[in-house]
Amino acid sequence: MNTVATAGAAAAVKTAFDRQGALGEDARVDRAMAGFACDFGALSALRLESCIHCGMCADACHFYIATEDPQYTPIWKVEPFKQAYKRESGPFAPLFRLFGFKRKLTADELGQWQHLLFDSCNLCGRCSLICPMGIDVAALIEQARHAMFEAGLAPKELYEKAAHQKRTGQPEDSAEPYRDKLLAIGRSHGVDIPLDKPEADVMLTVPRTDIEHYPEAVAALARVMSHMNVSCTFRSDGLVAENYAYYAGGREWQRDISRRLIEQALACKVKVLIVPECGHAYSALRWEAAELYGRPLPFKVRHITEYLAAQLDAGKLRLRQAANGVSTFHDPCQLVRKGGVTESPRKLLRAMGVELRELDDHGAFAFCCGGGGGVLDIQRAAPLRYRAMESKLREVDQTGAQTFLTSCSDCRRTFDDGKRHFNWDKTPQSLLELIADHLGSAQEARS
Amino acid sequence: MDLLQFARGPALKFALIVFCFGVLWRLTAVFLLRHERTLSEPRHPVFRALMGGLLAAGSRSAPHREFIRRTGYSEALGYSYHIGLFVVVLAFGPHIAFLKSLFGVSWPALPNNLVTVIAALTLTLMLAVLLRRLTHRVLRLLSNFDDYFSWFITALVIVTGLMASTHFGAPYEQLLAWHILSFDALLVWFPFGKLMHAFYIFPSRAINGYALARKGASV
Ligand code: SF4
Ligand code: SF4
Repeated sequence: MNTVATAGAAAAVKTAFDRQGALGEDARVDRAMAGFACDFGALSALRLESCIHCGMCADACHFYIATEDPQYTPIWKVEPFKQAYKRESGPFAPLFRLFGFKRKLTADELGQWQHLLFDSCNLCGRCSLICPMGIDVAALIEQARHAMFEAGLAPKELYEKAAHQKRTGQPEDSAEPYRDKLLAIGRSHGVDIPLDKPEADVMLTVPRTDIEHYPEAVAALARVMSHMNVSCTFRSDGLVAENYAYYAGGREWQRDISRRLIEQALACKVKVLIVPECGHAYSALRWEAAELYGRPLPFKVRHITEYLAAQLDAGKLRLRQAANGVSTFHDPCQLVRKGGVTESPRKLLRAMGVELRELDDHGAFAFCCGGGGGVLDIQRAAPLRYRAMESKLREVDQTGAQTFLTSCSDCRRTFDDGKRHFNWDKTPQSLLELIADHLGSAQEARS
Repeated sequence: MDLLQFARGPALKFALIVFCFGVLWRLTAVFLLRHERTLSEPRHPVFRALMGGLLAAGSRSAPHREFIRRTGYSEALGYSYHIGLFVVVLAFGPHIAFLKSLFGVSWPALPNNLVTVIAALTLTLMLAVLLRRLTHRVLRLLSNFDDYFSWFITALVIVTGLMASTHFGAPYEQLLAWHILSFDALLVWFPFGKLMHAFYIFPSRAINGYALARKGASV
């Protein structure tokens, strides 16, 4: 059950928040604290203990920079959990409880934090780079989202999509199943879609965003793999790359959704599972799936740009020169800052002779597009998201580049949405599509 | 037993015991918690990730170039009063004598007058820090009792120290007793509040840095 309630006492301005389930108020708070504690260990405690309240993390976060509203200070976003940690499990918890230093939260107060933990955080990790104590603030926020989910306090869009994906494998109903859509994309783009092969070297997945919005990107993936003559397959029962439970904070659901892909990869004995152009899918599969699955994965997880850069080095990917003028590139946070896939896209661009003009803040320091972490899906977050993305669009404009590329379809969709909202004159393009359009012959690779 | 004897004797002993056990407990309680298992394939071998952790432990001492424009003022303020505190604690003759009685080692001192001036400057900088905490919208929101009390107790030690070294307002013995008592209070408070960052700073940077570096993420 989902209801939207307006409540809360903690924040100066009360914001609406969503609730799931019919839990009593106390039970909600208890579940939140248990959810926070469930993946709580020494590292998380060290992070909470080390904060010196210097406030610098605010200066890294685009939500604070755009609004100058102190509630968007990254470490403030986990404040209720910091308090709860001190009261419940910190080194001096008994003292805190005995003297009543930290009061127990109410469910309403917790609900107020939904806006801070979901609507105004992309899990982009820029704040983790600025902290003089080295605290990975974004990791704490992700953990706090788990607690909110357990308490039935996730935004309804994320909760519903996660529930749907856990149940059916795709995050929402579609007129025809994604499997059929995939085959239709192959037919309409004249490209062979390898599907449900019993065995292959590589398993391909696809962003739901591409299926719904950018079918050319899906065709590009199939075309590039076919060009390299790689033994690969999509699997009907493990198609969707995104993991909406990762956004919503549902750890068990996240595990179940990842497991669907893992089991498909195991069934066809692949050596590599390819994450397409999707940043959060990469974080969920590359860095969290094995932990949730409970054992190391017997195959590698690679982002498509990483995989293609390696194939380029191996001489299997041949590229022609691209005559698309000066280009600039948006570094998706989950891939670059948080995932280390920094050099691969640049290597591919160089191989196509693309003149890259970097954004002022690029690589590890790039600002998020504003849509990451599920924010793009939360409707009520749109006005704030637009404010947070304005400076990013200005940075793109300042490069004077004719082509604006990225390697994450959610970033692409966020920029497309910004284009409509601001009447912006740039169109975000997929790096993978650029590659697919410039596949060369063996001769061209040598010349 | 007069006040000075009390401050130097049982009060100091008590404070040192609370300090040592408190610090040890606060560190142990954290490190005894569950250590999360990492099962994902690391991007870099352990050695390189460890180097990343070490790098972070050092490099976070200065802000990344990209952030300086926004954080330069805070960093400069923070650095200046911390340096002042270090000089006052470690380069003042009587402090060196006290540390020698505890650890058996000593080193040359700076002239007393110079340290007094540095202490006064440090106090001024700390006032600027407090003012900033009270007026900056982010700092005001984040700050709690711990922030203000830790500031107060540190400032109190400097004020009483300055009074003692300049023989201001009361007989020297009495001023010294206050100074030592305020230091005792600081030692007792130390493990309970944010002063603990002195012990957390390098492990926190290194361990978070390691966790990021094993993924190839930026540190
Ligand atoms: S992860 Fe990104 S969006 Fe979230 S608080 Fe940190 S800087 Fe802001
Ligand atoms: S930058 Fe780090 S230490 Fe400073 S307030 Fe933010 S999390 Fe705390």
